[in-house]
Amino acid sequence: MTETTIPKRGVPLWVQIIIWVFIAALLVLVGITLNKRQQGTVQPGDKIPDFTLPLFSGYEYEGKSEVKLSDFQGKVVVLNFWASWCKPCEQEAAELEEAWQFYKPGGQVIFLGADYVDTEPEARAYLKKFGITFANGPDMGTKISQMFRIRGVPETYFIDQTGELYYVKVGPFVSVNEIKSIVDQKLK
Amino acid sequence: MNKIFSRKPLRITLFALLLFALAFTATTVFAQDGVTDDEVNAIAKELYCPVCENTPLDVCPTEACRQWRELIRLQLSQGMTEEEIKQYFVDNYGARVLSEPPRTGLNWLIYILPPAMILAGAFILFRSFRAWTKPEVVEAGSGEERGEASSPAEVDDYVARFEEELKKRK
Repeated sequence: MTETTIPKRGVPLWVQIIIWVFIAALLVLVGITLNKRQQGTVQPGDKIPDFTLPLFSGYEYEGKSEVKLSDFQGKVVVLNFWASWCKPCEQEAAELEEAWQFYKPGGQVIFLGADYVDTEPEARAYLKKFGITFANGPDMGTKISQMFRIRGVPETYFIDQTGELYYVKVGPFVSVNEIKSIVDQKLK
Repeated sequence: MNKIFSRKPLRITLFALLLFALAFTATTVFAQDGVTDDEVNAIAKELYCPVCENTPLDVCPTEACRQWRELIRLQLSQGMTEEEIKQYFVDNYGARVLSEPPRTGLNWLIYILPPAMILAGAFILFRSFRAWTKPEVVEAGSGEERGEASSPAEVDDYVARFEEELKKRK
């Protein structure tokens, strides 16, 4: 007597292929997302993609209600992320304004304030309290802060005349001279 | 009787105090513009501030979240609906503030994948259990179909033939 093994009825090959392709795609997606999250803030040397910052009424730049990074080609851009609920931001608010007043006449440096996860009445009260006059606006949809992958506020990004990031300051500045020493690196 | 009369002013005082306490509670519950904390929190619990990850807005103790709750209160007092308020927060702070991701684009995976995985798992389990309960190996030439249970008559017939065969061999 001979024994025969009856073949098992399995999942069709095409279904198996689809399942494996799907699982692989899912793993790739998870991997990319995790990798992105672990990258941290953008690094000096990175070319900063163009972004648009809407500006609060009363804090426009040369009459414009919104500005783009590309508008400032040829100038040093100091992009400061802040919030009215952020206590360390208060430590540097006056210094930033003082630095802005110092560079404003030369026209070679632009200061931009991106208000992060804030409400407009409180943001306005903060700007008024510290006498800030440079262009400021809300980071709508937290798009800009996500692009820079900020980890908190305050954080300040120094972008050179070619649109390349050259310095990142995490936390508040301790003095106006600290700001000046960073800006001056790119001024002739 | 005298004792009862002497306690009557005390009762009136207690009653007045009770009324005062109730009035005080009512004024604290009904905050500005007639919007209650419960109404604010009903919306706030479905929102998450990006600063305080994984903490719903209604229980988040930070200053940023307090500001957001006050904004919700203000918007409710201005007659905005829950949907309008949520949309405002999405527009200003991004879709990640929502407790439930919007059903668009890749977000659909979150809603489709888990039930699809459960269904697929259940199907695989069902097939496996069925396969385990069926005989996989049969003897060739027995004439029986694989997996078909033998009836008592067939078993008797088989036993009778088996015994007959044994007798012949003896």
